[in-house]
Amino acid sequence: MSDTGGDAIDTASAPIAIQLTDIVKRFPGVVANDGVNLTVRQGSVHAIVGENGAGKSTLMKTLYGAHQPNEGTITVKGEDRVFSSPKDAIADGIGMVFQAFMLAANLTVWENIVLGQEPGSRLSLDANEARTRIRDLGERYGLDVDPDALICDLGVGDKQRVEILKVLYRGAEILILDEPTAVLVPQEVDALFKSLRELTAQGSTIIFISHKLDEVLKHADAVTVIRQGKTVGEIPDPSTVTSNDLAEMMVGSELPTPETRDSTVTDEPVLQLSGLTVKAIDEGSRDPVHDVSFTVHRGEIVGIAGVEGNGQSELVRSLVGLLPSTGTVLLDGKDVAHMSTRARRDAGVGYISEDRQKDGLVLGFTLWENAALGHHHRPPFAKGPWLDIAGAKSRTDEIIEEFDVRTPGVDVPAFTLSGGNQQKLVVGREMTAEPKVLVAAHPTRGVDVGAQSVIWDILRDARAAGLGTILVSADLEELIGLSDRLLVMLRGEIVAEVDPSTVTPAELGSYMTGAKAGAH
Amino acid sequence: MSATIDAATVTSQRPPLLSSTRWRIVALVMVGMAVMSTARIIADNGDLTSSGTFGVALRTAAPIALAGLSGLIAERSGTINIGLDGMMVMGTIFAGWWGWQYGPWMALLGGIVGGMLGGLLMSVATTTFGVNHIVAGVAINLIAPGAARFMASELFVGVQGGSVTSSPGNSGSIGSFTLPFLSGGDLFGWQTPDILGWFEDTGWFMIADVAGLSKGVTTAVTWDVVLTIGLFFGIAYFLWHTPLGLRLRFSGERPSAAASLGVSVHKMRYIGMAISGGLAGMGGAVLVLFANRYQENQVAGRGFLGLATMIFGNWMPAGTAAGAGLFGYAQGITLRTNPAELVNALFLAAAIGLMLTAFFMAYRRSLAGSGTVLAFALVAFWAYFAVKEPNNQLVFVTPYVVTLIAVSVGAQRLRPPAEEGIPWFKGMQ
Amino acid sequence: MFERIWRASLAPLVAATAAIAISSIALLISGNNPVEAFVEMWKTIDSTAAIVDIINTAVPLYISGVAVAIGFKMNLFNIGSNGQYILAALVAGWAGAEVSLPPLLHVPFVFLVAMTVGGSWALIAAILSVTRNVNVVVSTIMLNYIGIGLSAFLLSEYFRDSENGGLVAQTKVMPESARLPKLDPIFEFFGFNFGERVDLLGFLPFAILLGIAYHVLLNRSLFGYELKLSGMNADAAQSAGVNPKKMVLITLFMSGAVAGMIGLPFLLADPNFLKYGDAFPVTLGFTGLGLALLGRNSPVGVAAAAVVWATIEVATRRLGSLGIPPEIGKILQGSFLLAAVIAYEVVRRRNDAAAAEDAAAATRDDRSPPPSPAPEPAPIGATS
Repeated sequence: MSDTGGDAIDTASAPIAIQLTDIVKRFPGVVANDGVNLTVRQGSVHAIVGENGAGKSTLMKTLYGAHQPNEGTITVKGEDRVFSSPKDAIADGIGMVFQAFMLAANLTVWENIVLGQEPGSRLSLDANEARTRIRDLGERYGLDVDPDALICDLGVGDKQRVEILKVLYRGAEILILDEPTAVLVPQEVDALFKSLRELTAQGSTIIFISHKLDEVLKHADAVTVIRQGKTVGEIPDPSTVTSNDLAEMMVGSELPTPETRDSTVTDEPVLQLSGLTVKAIDEGSRDPVHDVSFTVHRGEIVGIAGVEGNGQSELVRSLVGLLPSTGTVLLDGKDVAHMSTRARRDAGVGYISEDRQKDGLVLGFTLWENAALGHHHRPPFAKGPWLDIAGAKSRTDEIIEEFDVRTPGVDVPAFTLSGGNQQKLVVGREMTAEPKVLVAAHPTRGVDVGAQSVIWDILRDARAAGLGTILVSADLEELIGLSDRLLVMLRGEIVAEVDPSTVTPAELGSYMTGAKAGAH
Repeated sequence: MSATIDAATVTSQRPPLLSSTRWRIVALVMVGMAVMSTARIIADNGDLTSSGTFGVALRTAAPIALAGLSGLIAERSGTINIGLDGMMVMGTIFAGWWGWQYGPWMALLGGIVGGMLGGLLMSVATTTFGVNHIVAGVAINLIAPGAARFMASELFVGVQGGSVTSSPGNSGSIGSFTLPFLSGGDLFGWQTPDILGWFEDTGWFMIADVAGLSKGVTTAVTWDVVLTIGLFFGIAYFLWHTPLGLRLRFSGERPSAAASLGVSVHKMRYIGMAISGGLAGMGGAVLVLFANRYQENQVAGRGFLGLATMIFGNWMPAGTAAGAGLFGYAQGITLRTNPAELVNALFLAAAIGLMLTAFFMAYRRSLAGSGTVLAFALVAFWAYFAVKEPNNQLVFVTPYVVTLIAVSVGAQRLRPPAEEGIPWFKGMQ
Repeated sequence: MFERIWRASLAPLVAATAAIAISSIALLISGNNPVEAFVEMWKTIDSTAAIVDIINTAVPLYISGVAVAIGFKMNLFNIGSNGQYILAALVAGWAGAEVSLPPLLHVPFVFLVAMTVGGSWALIAAILSVTRNVNVVVSTIMLNYIGIGLSAFLLSEYFRDSENGGLVAQTKVMPESARLPKLDPIFEFFGFNFGERVDLLGFLPFAILLGIAYHVLLNRSLFGYELKLSGMNADAAQSAGVNPKKMVLITLFMSGAVAGMIGLPFLLADPNFLKYGDAFPVTLGFTGLGLALLGRNSPVGVAAAAVVWATIEVATRRLGSLGIPPEIGKILQGSFLLAAVIAYEVVRRRNDAAAAEDAAAATRDDRSPPPSPAPEPAPIGATS
């Protein structure tokens, strides 16, 4: 239900701020936008929904001037426009807040905000004027940030505020936000939309992209649904639809819902953490992981929820041996806490890293070379000090077959695969090594829905076969759907344990932000 | 360029000219002078901290400093400039040519032009075509000496005083500047008293040495060196207090952010490389002015010494200048009348200084680093006692050893520009 | 097959054309006739003697290129190979002349000394990098100069041949048992006569062996896999269990060891030298850098690059008699290198984009997002 109440009537008849007609955008090998239509009224909060790869980001980049459409027209406040660069769009009052923040970590807030429109003269930057203007904007819209703070010292919510201030500083009246709530907990989401309402009350127009349907229905005045590059639904009154309706439009069929089946959890512990601590590099800083203790049993998936930056990455990396730690880690009774990454892998630790392009795959390597990663020193990939290329290729064939990796062959470089197929390769590679414990971080991040459900099935099947898994994820659906137990991590410590089948997103969010203290 | 940092400490970088950094530098300089003074007295070598030595040190440091500044501005704008050694070579040949034909000031200009050509050429490869920065830099370093040789064979062979390895001398000298009153400079033709010189002659602990330093850097300072010092302040102001400087820095820290706000990253990187090349070329020109002619292999790796000072200075102009001063001093003493004794005295100074550093590091609890530094200190002590008359060849390696030790000891809290060396194209996130 | 050869030679051909164009312009500007120059160059190399000369020149260049290429494959820039091989040549030259061993042992002994010295010198930089995070480029350059100074010192103080050398600083001449014979007799057996002027020096088989060993190491061994892995994605290598510090130490040592061999053709096979002294060539290390880049670090590529480089050198030697500066050779070499690295990059991007499109078409996976764009330019170690 939209919470705009009486405003809904007004925005429905407000003048049209943005009109995109029949937009087509092609890239080598794919048509990202195939005749998209979009109508946004002034003063409204307009949501664009669609699954990964539907073409939403591409569309917004067209609107923002980052690239030009192959066909179609852009109309701003009734006049046709061509944007040859973001500068043109900015000049027309359009501002974009990216999903990945476009901020230079080593520089200050004010430097990041004023870049490109610096106050002062050519020979002298007027830092004081910058600070004053930023503080004024902050007060007016309730977006308070310290102009002299360094970006690297700010938290996620603050960084987003800087991004919004950036576009407001340039006089943007039409703001585009790409997946603004992807990294926020429910309370921060509410705070964000409160600020956005402030903006619309003063005449701004907001367009935001999201795939979180509950949020969309709660906060948007109007919704446009995009699937496979086309507009499949324009909804001027969101109170008329349910999230299931939206989901069907997005996907064209029923969403795969992560369901729990009969419990496969045994009481044999396979991984026991006791007092695990990762020390901070800086003396005086908080330890990224502090005194973490829990047990994973065979046939169990233990989920770890938490706002990014609370130690989950460090926990995962220390379990795999990439970060030094103190405390004990018993794998099947053997303490692996001081073993190298290679030794741990040999002992049966599987690892799905949170960023496959960074350290899960080598994009320039062929598929068989990637399939060997992590176990390349053992058969079938190696014979003594020599590579067993035939063995590697045949094992890769098996992986491709069994895990549904769509590719023309094993000799193509990994970058030619789509994100979903890359991830399937990674997951398949780890599974065929028959691990005892799997450490999986964000295993379906950036992966299309089809591949996502395949991976979830793989994880469930492995669990049923006795694998113990630690699952770190920012996708609450994934966590709730797959986990047998759910732990919450905050400031490096485990602060709560909840039952995934009964916890609500709001409750979980409270534990994650520390608003509520939990029992553990 | 960035050293691979696994778990190395990373500190937030503050803009320059903040008082805490300033006071830290002052303290460091005072301690340094005290160490030098002690070494001077014990080793009984007045030349260690004499104005003559410091004067030569300044002169020697100038080209290294320019190279360091060149690397700094290139990397801050996003390009790792390994090729600046080659750009210095380009600077020397152009400076030798124009200096011979048109005089010393044109030599300076020629050097800048020559270096800029190299910088722009490298930028074409890296910025426009996306060639790996190290690869492109190595290529420039290989091309420049060949091009210089070719130009020399065309310009200087057959001319009196010229050959393929050396140009005829510059026509005229660039002139120099001596501070009146403190260093006995001329004031409208009247020879002023040399106050600092008087202090220097007293031989008192610290006072004589500081006087020596002050007099050394204010006596007979050639105008090109004065210009160099001015450039440091100029570039620092440019980078941190002008809009163009901000955009340049963004091109090295987060080019996508700059592009999303309408800044042309390619243009910024070209500008950065042009300035970088110009600075490197000017470094070459300073060498030519010092030697009064172009000579093959004049640069002798100073470009890389410059890169070392940039790393040593954590990509900040102040630190780079300090590093250049240090390396320039180490190289300068090899040019004095009795280099062997000076090097020997330097061993003692190094030993004392390293020992203090080791204790300081131990106090700060970085024990592994402190151990390494202590080891270096012991080696230096041994060298002082055992090697009383270092061989000529060993004297020659002093600046390089000093550099190596400096980067080994100081290699901790490095903060290079975040996205330097990453080729950037439109549409990248 | 044809397509592969075409694909591989497109970039070098473009680069060669550019190099010839640039050099012609340089000649024109300086008042020379480019056509005359190139014709003369062609005439110079058009003889068996010249070919032999080219091979002899190319052999140490090839070793230099391979030495650096090993490091490049892992994004380690061993810029200091000069210092490594000079020290190695000095110590090996001295040690080899000090001992007397039967030939079958003497030659390997000299090899061993040279490789150990070269490897150890490079190891210093590796240790500094691994323990103190010192940038390898800076440390190897500094060690270059320190190595030069150290070798001059050692030569004049300890290693010089005081009996025969006189005022010239040089080591004793390498004894007979350590000399590699020239290869002429083998070829004369097959009917090739090289004439009086040049001999095909005996180090060639070792250079070929080195190339084969490099190929096997890189493409068939586990170490080679980890080497390439570390060069292409250091994070992935760590997550895969590779110990990055160990890799740096071993790789730089190997690079230095091979660099140590650069001086051996002169010490063991070239009758003009057979000892280390002032006339010893001392800049081959830097040339190797260019060759590795030109050859894209592959065993065959670097060989081709070495041959091209040597050809230019030999071909330009006699230009002076025509009044054309032989330094034009340097312009040719330099512009070829720069044009080549640019051409390689452009061709690589196009190939990657084409490969991405092909794969996307072949899999026809409609519901997945577009494939990731071609990755950031591959590190130096990537061959495409």
